[in-house]
Amino acid sequence: MTSPIDAEGGSAKDRDNAAAYWKENVKLLAILLSIWFAVSFGFGILLVDVLNQFSIGGFPLGFWFAQQGSIIVFVILIFVYAARISKIEKRYGVGDQ
Amino acid sequence: MDTQALTYLFVGASFALYIGIAIWSRAGSTSEFYIAGGHVPPIANGMATAADWMSAASFISMAGIIAFSGYDASVYLMGWTGGYVLLALLLAPYLRKFGQFTVPDFIGERYYSRVARVVAVICLIIISFTYIAGQMRGVGVVFSRFLELPIAWGVVVGMGIVFFYAVLGGMKGITYTQVAQYCVLIFAYLVPAVFISFMFTGNPIPQLGLGSAGVDGVTILKRLDGALVDLGFTAFTDGTKSKIDLFAITLALMVGTAGLPHVIVRFFTVPKVSDARKSAGYALVFIALLYTTAPAVGAFARLNFIDSVHEKTYAAAPEWVKTWEDIGLIAWTDKNADGVIDYGPGAPFEGRPVFSEARGAHGERLLSNPATINANEIFVDRDIMVLANPEIAALPGWVIALVAAGGVAAALSTAAGLLLVISTAISHDLLKKTFRPQITEKTELMAARLSAVAAILVAGYLGVNPPGFVAQVVALAFGLAACSLFPAILMGIFFKGMNREGAVAGMIGGLFVTLSYIIYFKSPWFGAVNTADHWLFGISPEGFGVVGMAVNFAVAFGVSRFTAPTPGAVRALVDNIRMP
Repeated sequence: MTSPIDAEGGSAKDRDNAAAYWKENVKLLAILLSIWFAVSFGFGILLVDVLNQFSIGGFPLGFWFAQQGSIIVFVILIFVYAARISKIEKRYGVGDQ
Repeated sequence: MDTQALTYLFVGASFALYIGIAIWSRAGSTSEFYIAGGHVPPIANGMATAADWMSAASFISMAGIIAFSGYDASVYLMGWTGGYVLLALLLAPYLRKFGQFTVPDFIGERYYSRVARVVAVICLIIISFTYIAGQMRGVGVVFSRFLELPIAWGVVVGMGIVFFYAVLGGMKGITYTQVAQYCVLIFAYLVPAVFISFMFTGNPIPQLGLGSAGVDGVTILKRLDGALVDLGFTAFTDGTKSKIDLFAITLALMVGTAGLPHVIVRFFTVPKVSDARKSAGYALVFIALLYTTAPAVGAFARLNFIDSVHEKTYAAAPEWVKTWEDIGLIAWTDKNADGVIDYGPGAPFEGRPVFSEARGAHGERLLSNPATINANEIFVDRDIMVLANPEIAALPGWVIALVAAGGVAAALSTAAGLLLVISTAISHDLLKKTFRPQITEKTELMAARLSAVAAILVAGYLGVNPPGFVAQVVALAFGLAACSLFPAILMGIFFKGMNREGAVAGMIGGLFVTLSYIIYFKSPWFGAVNTADHWLFGISPEGFGVVGMAVNFAVAFGVSRFTAPTPGAVRALVDNIRMP
């Protein structure tokens, strides 16, 4: 384990940088988790009856989101997070790559 | 070669592969035993996580659940995949940065408390044993059906194999065996699905085949909906569960998945924080391959089942109906004495089938269960759908053998992952970190191996003598993870002000609420009626972990406001894990 000193023990500038990075990370998480919520709980459960009036590739749309679409979006969300957060890390000069 | 010989060959070859890997990847240190030395590449870890996660339930039972409950089964599809988003975004990278061996390690250090660590260990052990009993049983069922061994012998063979690579290789052995097991299980799942989708629709991709049109020009889903409604069932694409219950179960399964110790610990094995994120993404790709195929497998199986048995005479019923009847997972009771199988909604008779030794007028096994008044005459255990599917679709013998090897791989890989977290919790969290801090690394490694042996024996016993109560409460594993471990870890990372008193009170409060509710409805002791009219807020025991989680958060924040603030060193630890 690395020493805990490097976050709190650093200069005021380092601390500001860390706080700004964290704020941006939390903002990104909030956006991605809203999408996570919308495709599964929104389209797959709450709005399923409305969406089932439309169809996609032979599936009622709401049913498709519940059994296929949400899973595909979940995969995309994780890779988008990995890519976006490493860009943010580079901008703040933190991270492991 | 006949199917049985092929099955011996496939299962035997896969066992030889696992043992070979185990010998090649022996663990020499506690770090190798607990977290494979932290050197697992992200893609390999993704595959291992997928195999670790996809159990006998995913491989054998899920498509059957979808076949018989249609849209309602979406809770499992979304719940067991959506949890990986929470894991990748909220937990895995930070736990990797923290960088020790176990989940109780994090909870113990973050909340500077032995009590918190021990509470976490207790949750972990209950969750893992609940889960593992089902895996050993799964191995037993596959052996008894395909190799015609008694279930108990199947369990013993499974224990022997897991013993070999889990005790010898620890996490290192398990990781690379799981990579091999993933390949076996996904191949075994996809091959019959592709065959069947192609046979029905001409489209070999099951995910697309489900929405495609069959020979009659009607889409498979429409045909299935129509056939079910004609028989008096709810349409496949409609559900019967209330929205609030769907919502609660899905959320409980997602949060529970993210809080399962044997899944979390896999992210301690990759080299870097960024690898932990990527590896969660790969894991979900590998899982999604099976999970998006399952609805197609379920729908085709249901349609096939209706086509092959409904309004057919027993004498003319296909061979597989009789083989599965012989091992008691299909049963037919000829209520109107016309020799024809009638299929419809409702149970054909009360309870699980109890066979008398005699055969009926048409050669069927006679039952002693009292018949029900509805028209349905056929009982089918939904767990057989994936295993029987290749036979139902009359696929070649090698496909059946492959499915048997895949089912065993799915059960063994999950069992091994669970055994490892149990043994680690005992040797590392209880011995080294709580009761005997003076032991050397060598002793700790020996203790880890011995506790793995003990855990295998307990798991095997539970597999041979499954306690009816435990079999009913798989919900318990997810509920417990959702109401205790997940909130404690989440608050540990995102709320610097969360202190020891708050976290411990929160975990205990969440556990108390969830356990009481599940035990009240699921155990035989209170005589509670487990139906929607009696549930609190209309939430079933399966979804109640969500309420437990809310209680955990509320209690934790309440208590932390009135108790001593988090010490400076712990605040620094939180700042540190937040930086990749």
